[in-house]
Amino acid sequence: MKFGIVVFPGSNCDHDTYRAVVDVLGEKAVYLWHKDHDLADSDVIILPGGFSYGDYLRAGAIARFSPIMTEVIAHARRGGPVLGICNGFQIACEAGLLPGALLRNASLQFVSAPVRLRVVNASTLFTSAFEAGQELVMPVAHGDGRYTADAATLDELEDRGQVVLTYVGSAPNGAMRDIAGIINEGGNVMGLMPHPERAIDTALGSTDGLGIFESMLARVGA
Amino acid sequence: MSRFKVSLHIVPRRGLLDPQGKAVADALHTLGFKSVGDVHVGRHLILDVDARTAGDAEKDVRAMCQRLLANPVTEDFEIAGVTAA
Repeated sequence: MKFGIVVFPGSNCDHDTYRAVVDVLGEKAVYLWHKDHDLADSDVIILPGGFSYGDYLRAGAIARFSPIMTEVIAHARRGGPVLGICNGFQIACEAGLLPGALLRNASLQFVSAPVRLRVVNASTLFTSAFEAGQELVMPVAHGDGRYTADAATLDELEDRGQVVLTYVGSAPNGAMRDIAGIINEGGNVMGLMPHPERAIDTALGSTDGLGIFESMLARVGA
Repeated sequence: MSRFKVSLHIVPRRGLLDPQGKAVADALHTLGFKSVGDVHVGRHLILDVDARTAGDAEKDVRAMCQRLLANPVTEDFEIAGVTAA
């Protein structure tokens, strides 16, 4: 199974993601340059964390119009899996692949810390390795992670099981309904603020992130 | 074709939590500016645009706001002025 990791100017978790896929999961990964138009036959596209285009204008707003995004959006529309992590989540929202937006943390502070998460929906492409209700620990590292949408959208997300991960305790960023990760209606695009690729080794304090990658492998690689 | 200077404001949608605005309001209150109520912090953009008329320039900028400059989920925009550049 092949993971395509998009590299934007300012991406800084692309190498961590590559290492998670290749060294820990034992699968193939390729970097996809933002100016290219070729997904290199990747099965899964990952939009990694970082500060694409310096977060200018709004986080993800400019990356969303990178040449490669035309192909990423087409891949998603065909039902191809896309995982947006942190800045990748912001880009996926800006691109309209996921509803809502991620605004400045309510505290106005950049938050870099391990957080506790609850798996709300364990039947998705990205979370089937977990149990519903299971608690996970993964790090967050962001200044713009306050998930925001109108009340009708939030109700729909909850009713349809599209809220996949929530923060346990108070959300570190003031996210509405404590949302840490959501999935689109088609079930093939997920965005989350925590970093699963930084929770794949006991030396890093947690291996809970591995389940996200193992879920994709079990469902897409099968 | 003429060149116009189009200026616009992009502000957080009313009703959404605006922590930056609140922090600025708190700081103003600390400085003794008790007259200040709510504060909203947004962005001010100035674009040089080639168009036939001022109306066309404004129309172009509105399209830019809808596609890129403002987030339709969380922000509102208003054209502040269109002048000959």
